[in-house]
Amino acid sequence: MKIKKNIAISESGFIFNPTTGDSFSTNPIGFEIIHLLKEDKNKEEIKQTILSRYAVDESTFEKDFYDFSTLLQNSQIAEE
Amino acid sequence: MEKLRYERPVVKKLNTGMMNKFGTRTEYNPVTHIDGVSVKELIGQYGSPLFVISERTIRQTYQDCKRAFTNRYPRVQMAWSYKTNYINAVCNVFHQEGSWAEVVSGFEYNKALQNGVPGNKIIFNGPDKTDNDLKLAIDHNSLIHIDHLDELYRLMEITKEVNKRPRVAIRVNMDTGVYPMWDRFGFNYETGQAWDAINKIILNDQMDLVGLHCHIGTFMLTANAYAIAASKLADLAYHIHAKFNKKITYIDLGGGFASKNTLRGSYLQGNVSSPSFDDYAEAICSALLNAEYSKQELPLLILETGRALIDDAGSLCGTVLANKRLSDGRRATIMDFGVNILFTSFWYEHKLSPAQEFSHYTEDGVVYGPLCMNIDVIRENITLPPMKKGDNVVVHSVGAYNMTQWMQFIAMRPNVVMIDMDSKVHLIRNKETLEYINNIEEMPAYLKEFTLS
Amino acid sequence: MTAKKQLTIAVSGLNNIDSPGPGIPVIRALKESTLFDVRIIGLSYEALEPGLYMHNLVDKSYQVPFPSAGTDALIERISYIHQCENISVIIPNFDAELSNFMKLENRLLAEFGIKMFLPTQDQFDERHKSNLFEFGLKHGIKVPYSKMIFSTAEIPALLNEFSFPIVVKGKYYEAYIAYNIEQIHSYFNKLTSKWGLPIIIQQYVFGSEVNVTAIGDGNGNAIGAVPMRKLYITDKGKAWAGISLDDDKLVQIANKLIASSKWRGGMELEFIKTAENDYYLLEINPRFPAWVYLAKGCGQNHPEALVRMALGETVEPFKNYEVGKMFVRYSYDLIVDLKEFEQISTLGELS
Repeated sequence: MKIKKNIAISESGFIFNPTTGDSFSTNPIGFEIIHLLKEDKNKEEIKQTILSRYAVDESTFEKDFYDFSTLLQNSQIAEE
Repeated sequence: MEKLRYERPVVKKLNTGMMNKFGTRTEYNPVTHIDGVSVKELIGQYGSPLFVISERTIRQTYQDCKRAFTNRYPRVQMAWSYKTNYINAVCNVFHQEGSWAEVVSGFEYNKALQNGVPGNKIIFNGPDKTDNDLKLAIDHNSLIHIDHLDELYRLMEITKEVNKRPRVAIRVNMDTGVYPMWDRFGFNYETGQAWDAINKIILNDQMDLVGLHCHIGTFMLTANAYAIAASKLADLAYHIHAKFNKKITYIDLGGGFASKNTLRGSYLQGNVSSPSFDDYAEAICSALLNAEYSKQELPLLILETGRALIDDAGSLCGTVLANKRLSDGRRATIMDFGVNILFTSFWYEHKLSPAQEFSHYTEDGVVYGPLCMNIDVIRENITLPPMKKGDNVVVHSVGAYNMTQWMQFIAMRPNVVMIDMDSKVHLIRNKETLEYINNIEEMPAYLKEFTLS
Repeated sequence: MTAKKQLTIAVSGLNNIDSPGPGIPVIRALKESTLFDVRIIGLSYEALEPGLYMHNLVDKSYQVPFPSAGTDALIERISYIHQCENISVIIPNFDAELSNFMKLENRLLAEFGIKMFLPTQDQFDERHKSNLFEFGLKHGIKVPYSKMIFSTAEIPALLNEFSFPIVVKGKYYEAYIAYNIEQIHSYFNKLTSKWGLPIIIQQYVFGSEVNVTAIGDGNGNAIGAVPMRKLYITDKGKAWAGISLDDDKLVQIANKLIASSKWRGGMELEFIKTAENDYYLLEINPRFPAWVYLAKGCGQNHPEALVRMALGETVEPFKNYEVGKMFVRYSYDLIVDLKEFEQISTLGELS
């Protein structure tokens, strides 16, 4: 999964999609994941980064990451 | 290095016409403790879900209500409405505060007797009183509130059999300008049914008509309707005195005061739109004081307030079972409590607070119960911070009607605890067990055995 | 010449859209005050309320929680805004937020010294659409016959008391004219899903609509009243243009209503004037209308008078107003940088 090239995201978690004109907000962990995706990190690398930084178990994060990815795609922020 | 607190990643579209996070950020505060006791520890010890009753809130609310009335009117008596919550420990807090008992069935009547309420301080309401119930009530000199003519005639017959004079009141229904009008209980004021019953009781001379009772509705959002009811009853009492020279010693205005809950379909929160005890008291007491009584013969004002006294004292602690995403993109959170034990979610938008810290990010979603039934919805639309499996929540203001209307459906009823004035926790109702349910079932012998191939 | 008094005033209703809120007109009147030099704090509910981006009128804006979040959420937010801005007066301009502000009026004054000049809860309830018919009887003002309904089951029986066309009104906002039973049903459902119960059914009265913007001092004195007729109406039924009228009878009715109800604060009265020159009161809005700036244009600065009364000053009633002054509304496309939208969306503040 890739974040679309022209997506702008600011430190405050504000996301703007210039193609559709929609804007979104995300929480700090969402912000971090989007950044990792922008750096072309794959799912496994993202998981390892988050697990090393946050107090969360693997299966919880896997479920949440799956859900978050779906949201990003539905919102046209990311694409396959 | 210590790891950062984890929160589920969320992304939310801005300005879709709904509340954004600044509309909701302050709506939720984590509720980690109830009366100083940790929600996590309560659940750890007593299981989830768990009903928690705050004795402190009961006593505080009762005293606020009582004071609102006694500040304005000299003779006030509260009677605890058993059907609202008849767990014995709850009833006894009210009895310790000075409440009589108000019951609507033989079962509740006996519960009150066994709690130690003297018979002459029990008010027996409702359309369903068996012969045995009536005899018991006459025997204990209770206040019998007659609901319909069939009951009145039956009571006359029983009175002859037992050769005692019961103390009675009639329940009167009337138009107080509110919808829907509760004309199914008691005798109608405008059509003359009430006078008809009064004439019968007094001319028959087998019982003492000591009071008049009226209960205009439930969750009344206008205090003025009580003023109308109070002045109509006072007027009736005055004319009974004028006609028969018989003194009506009390006027019972029933219950129906709204709690701070938010009714489904209403725009403003309940704590904004519900009248306060002072509003109700002002309406009722000024109507009675303006009626044609001299200062000495003011009738006793009885109030059977249930919901408004106990709702805020009850909380339901529960646990997130699962999260899922619905096909329309909304978040669905499944809790371990459903409409089986939180019956009031059919008519309230219950306020729900997470029981642990969270950030100000929120998501719109639905809250479901655990039942395998489509109607099991706790909140159809709610904005909540992200919660994960195993997180705890507190549902507020659930003290009224849930612990009496709950169902043993799919799952059994959970523990109920009371937190006392010193923040000590007492188990006041044990969770049900399979044995408890099976104990009252019978198996015909021929059904005992079967083989499955 | 004495220097103008400096004041910080928070104003809501910045939704200056095609169906505008009163916030921006109120702010314009205040900015043109001859007595006060005002700093305006905008209180907004949504990130696209145009007033947020009108920096010549609104000095700083803050998002506030929706009215349905309740009073606790509101006072917490106001407390934060007050720490930053030191607010003297708040002028709420939405019907739906008034209940919360009325509940908080004493607390805001006691805890923060913030002043308001709002109707009392009794006045607010009494003029409620659902109670307006009784209000008219009590104060001797003609009101079209109306009644509340709570369920569609009550609709068929309405025809015993009403004849078409029938007006179907929501509890807070919106009204539709129904010409048959099916329309009443569909409007009932539409309005309940949005504003809840009850629905008000009102007999339609034929005539032309005339409105009054007025302000009462709470002791029965009408401080000002300017009558206006809409000259052109948008497809949403809002005034596009209007003109101030020389209508003594209407001003007298407004004065009588304020005298009898002891109305406190700003208000808009909506009347139908029939061919027989009778005036039927349709609605009382418990706040200034969006066209309140016309009153300023006619020589009566109602928002300024309201601020003076909020500060505890005694205000002499306005004696006259200019007749034949018109307002013509126009829309204007503000060019806004995405940065500003981001700020208000994510931080909830915009300066």
